[in-house]
Amino acid sequence: MAECHPVGFQWVTEAQQRGARVIHIDPRFTRTSAVADKHVALRAGSDIVLLGALINYVLSNDLHFDEYVRHYTNAATIVSEDYQDTEDLNGLFSGYDPQKGTYDATSWSYASRGDEEKVEEPGTEPESDVAEPDEYGAGGPSLRHADVERDDSLQDPRSVFQLLKRHYRRYTPEMVEETCGISAEDFHHLAESITKNSGRERTTAFCYAVGWTQHAQGAQFIRTAAVLQLLLGNMGRPGGGIVALRGHATIQGSTDIPTLFNLLPGYLPMPEAGQHDSLEDFTGAIGSKLQKGFWANADAYTVSLLKAWFGDAAHAGNDYAFEYLPRLTGAHGTYQTVERMLRDELDGYFLVGQNPAVGSANGKMQRMGMSHLKWLVVRDFSLIESATWWKDGPEIESGELRTEDIDTEVFFMPAANHTEKAGSFTQTQRLVQWRHQAVTPPDDAQSELEFFHELGRRIRARVADSSDPRDRPLLDLTWDYPTDEHGEPDPESVLREINGYYVDGPDAGTPLSAFTQMRADGSTAGGCWIYTGIFADGVNQAARRRPGHEQDETAAEWAWAWPANRRILYNRASADPEGRPWSERKKHIWWDQENGRWTGRDVPDFPETLAPGTKSHPDAGGPDALAGDDPFIMQADGKGWLFAPNGLVDGPMPTHYEPPESPISNPLYAQQSNPARITLPRSDNLLAPSAAQHGSEVYPHVFTTYRLTEHHTAGGMSRFLPYLSELQPEMFCEVSPEFAELVGIENYGWATIISPRSAIEARVLVTDRVRALTAGGRRIHQVGLPYHWGTGTDAVVEGDAANDLLGITLDPNVQIQGSKAAQCDVIPGRRPRGQALLDLVENYRKRAGITVDTGNQKLTAPYPEPQTTTSEED
Amino acid sequence: MRSLTEDPARSAEAHGERAQERKSFFTDTSICIGCKACEVACKEWNGNPQDGDLELLESSYDNTGSLGANTWRHVAFVEQDQERIQTARESGRKLVSLGMPGVGPPSSSGASGPSGGRDTTPPDTAEFRWLMSSDVCKHCTHAGCLDVCPTGALYRTEFGTVKVQEDICNGCGTCVGGCPFGVIERRDEGIIRAKTERNQSRYAQEIANEGTANKCTFCHDRLVDGQTPACAQTCPTTSIKFGEHTDMVHQARERVAHLHSEGMTEARLYGANPQDGVGGTGSVFLLLDEPEVYGLPPDPRVPTKDLPRMYKHTVVAAAGMLAAVGASFAWGGRR
Repeated sequence: MAECHPVGFQWVTEAQQRGARVIHIDPRFTRTSAVADKHVALRAGSDIVLLGALINYVLSNDLHFDEYVRHYTNAATIVSEDYQDTEDLNGLFSGYDPQKGTYDATSWSYASRGDEEKVEEPGTEPESDVAEPDEYGAGGPSLRHADVERDDSLQDPRSVFQLLKRHYRRYTPEMVEETCGISAEDFHHLAESITKNSGRERTTAFCYAVGWTQHAQGAQFIRTAAVLQLLLGNMGRPGGGIVALRGHATIQGSTDIPTLFNLLPGYLPMPEAGQHDSLEDFTGAIGSKLQKGFWANADAYTVSLLKAWFGDAAHAGNDYAFEYLPRLTGAHGTYQTVERMLRDELDGYFLVGQNPAVGSANGKMQRMGMSHLKWLVVRDFSLIESATWWKDGPEIESGELRTEDIDTEVFFMPAANHTEKAGSFTQTQRLVQWRHQAVTPPDDAQSELEFFHELGRRIRARVADSSDPRDRPLLDLTWDYPTDEHGEPDPESVLREINGYYVDGPDAGTPLSAFTQMRADGSTAGGCWIYTGIFADGVNQAARRRPGHEQDETAAEWAWAWPANRRILYNRASADPEGRPWSERKKHIWWDQENGRWTGRDVPDFPETLAPGTKSHPDAGGPDALAGDDPFIMQADGKGWLFAPNGLVDGPMPTHYEPPESPISNPLYAQQSNPARITLPRSDNLLAPSAAQHGSEVYPHVFTTYRLTEHHTAGGMSRFLPYLSELQPEMFCEVSPEFAELVGIENYGWATIISPRSAIEARVLVTDRVRALTAGGRRIHQVGLPYHWGTGTDAVVEGDAANDLLGITLDPNVQIQGSKAAQCDVIPGRRPRGQALLDLVENYRKRAGITVDTGNQKLTAPYPEPQTTTSEED
Repeated sequence: MRSLTEDPARSAEAHGERAQERKSFFTDTSICIGCKACEVACKEWNGNPQDGDLELLESSYDNTGSLGANTWRHVAFVEQDQERIQTARESGRKLVSLGMPGVGPPSSSGASGPSGGRDTTPPDTAEFRWLMSSDVCKHCTHAGCLDVCPTGALYRTEFGTVKVQEDICNGCGTCVGGCPFGVIERRDEGIIRAKTERNQSRYAQEIANEGTANKCTFCHDRLVDGQTPACAQTCPTTSIKFGEHTDMVHQARERVAHLHSEGMTEARLYGANPQDGVGGTGSVFLLLDEPEVYGLPPDPRVPTKDLPRMYKHTVVAAAGMLAAVGASFAWGGRR
């Protein structure tokens, strides 16, 4: 965190000075480790074993927060009889289809209470459907109803609590030592620190960044921590939680109002072709009216969004222009898009503040893909490598591309930086902070807002006279933002639209103050339901700047947090089932008996007058169905999910699999890697053999990629600045003294790192900060590679790109690439140039006997046919 | 006798109403995260040229090397093994038992701090540690650079800091040898390096103050507007603190006492001792090992410190010489 988020780390420093213990778990020893109370090194990609062992430690020593777990999680819920665990099926769950390599999640669902049939909502998907990851918004899939079977004694073998115990029983300290390379002593220090610091009086937080997410099962890494935090009662309480450290300014904002192919604003999913033909189909699939919580009102959020986008053209008569929305036909993530480029299925590409030629996995595929485009628009501050690969990229040097043969027309559009435009940044606490413009952009540089507003204006002018129905959505867009004398649209007018307003009635035009005011009848409009309230009373609440010393520690009047200016999500869990704070020390919100409402230091994340003892009505749905002890109001049953009955495509409970390229065999199961991972078996995306497979000795070492404080991701914002470039001028690799001796490389000399995709050169830093580990019965060496450098001529400093070494295998839930653990060889000296480089890489592949199938076989263990995988008649 | 401009204590006599309490930095390296934001903020504010040849300096994560004409804040990175940590802890403990003035006694207020009641057993010695420390001009009480400057370009400001007046400096370089810390340097060649096209654009910056002596100005141009120096302003962890000298020294003594109470006896102060060879510094540091480890001289002495003694010797020698000459004449006269 100190290494990559130094500004945020000031609060960790302050916490330390107040007595907090900071433990840093990372394969490398970073600037964070230097100031942490303890650093624990682990083998890259082994995190679920460590976290799973902590879960096991908590459960087998009865250290869980019992009252919290019983009332606020789904620990007592009974799971379907058809469910079978990885303990029964060689490391797989029930419902796996070996042909498709995907799961059918039916058998993971909750057992239903009683025999009476629930009325099925229109659009609710039959649960036997194979779960598609790109269909769900943040709420996950709906449950058809919330009337579930429970065993409050937590003793039923089919209760979530018992299933969890059984699932993690082999995740022991010994297994941690064997798999992660962490000593039993360090494990116990960690386990004791965390458990002693959790409970009524204390809370523990986990902070993570892409070291957890960028794996073929990254979403499950986070899930493991979530399960642990729920067991310890660390969710929805001050000082607790799982803190995601985002990689850029306002990455959170670009997820909320997304740049992702599968989401609409506010985590509404993108409709799917053939499945969501009507608005009713669509909203019913997001949240059944019979499930608990606020997703049951998805129709109001969707209709308001359509009203904001299409104005009067969206009305009851045309399903509020629902047909204007694009439909998904499958995954359209960045890597699938590159594949389409390579198949010549894509004409053009916009790169907005992104440098895939350096920053995305398998850089060669990225650059070769762009060479197949007809046109490419790059919007950035400088001529980044993604704008110049056609004249000075690695493939020009190697002879794989010749400038004169490339037909791609590249447009470079200079971008205004953050001081040159006004707008908002949303950070990881969901705090939206308004920025004011300090100076005007130089020369032709434009803000994104101006660029896209102008682009939209011009495209609309082009089709103004069109009668083609496909142009209707463009022409019906509300595109009437007022502009200033420089042509810059007023960013607050966009914020007003995002906030939402009454469309008609006595309050027409008045900003909404809460998303609960949104209606599905077209009377309200709003661009992102979770942001409603940011312009309450016609005031830009994100621009509030009341200093901390004038407020309490919640600082509710500094900027604005979505939703509803709530600073801690699910904060109903900060009080006990009766509504009293768990302790004076951790007081946050509580039930005010006298006035019959929730009150406290934050905006309660709960229906304001729903009393603690209230029982849920079995036939109700939506917020009205919540019981007084259902704090997780966005979950379909109001509970924190220790076991995810649906929503994850690769298992209801996190399970350790080895990375797609690994030096060892999975010590826990016969199944080696995530059986549901997304593979791209291609000749330009070859994988190294793992563990005991033939050829694995050709790529014997682990490499992991990461960032340095001095640079920003692919370098577009740092390698072009002399003051930052001089601080870290050259690409390097970090290795242990033991490793340097083993492969014969010298401190500050050169090394060549070879993977099945490419070979790069780097200066060598031999340091005690890197240590070899023993795992899987062998000595494991990890090579650390910062990924900031790239080949070009316009930056102040250049160097080989670490991402050229990475292959592409994706997490099936969120389509992120694994980039934290892969295999390589290291030899002394600089890499060869031209054809000789290609020959070197090819010789290695031949020696290892690599084919497109290597590492891409999803199933590595015999899958015993579970007794019941067919969908039940229900 | 020290002249008005050389003595921070007599700042008021020199600057009259403009004089303020002496300003200082306290750099607490125990919470430095080595982000180098101070280096960048300093260069941005002062428009200083980039240093070096854009190559790794073979010094851990440090690639600017040392303080100089262009780099006025410099972050050192020191990688140490367990043995070295133990040595540092031991040497720090000895400093305390010797009652070195650099390490203050635990103050009475220290015990009631927010960490009161904490476990005070010494921490296990880590196998490894990575020290980071942001160095800066010391703004000495007795400043060698200022003492030896023949043109008066170096002067004591109204804040008690030491600054070069670049329009007076003639670039003679005497001050370079006069600084016991090797801080001040002449800016002989400096570029704000960028690729050729970029240098030709109108955003390329001209290099100021070429050929003259350059060092930290303590952001004098910010202080006169009541602002904090750029490095201290930007430091995310408050490792660099800025304030009145007495307060900085007080905070430094409290912090070192606190760390000692937690068993971190390797902590010690640098520059807080008014009896040292430069009369104490205006930049006080809390270090976690001997100064040499960070590239700081262990016993800095202002070169002019020996002048009075040298004059005395010279006078005695001259007198002796005269006597000898006289005697020789007297003796010769007898021939």
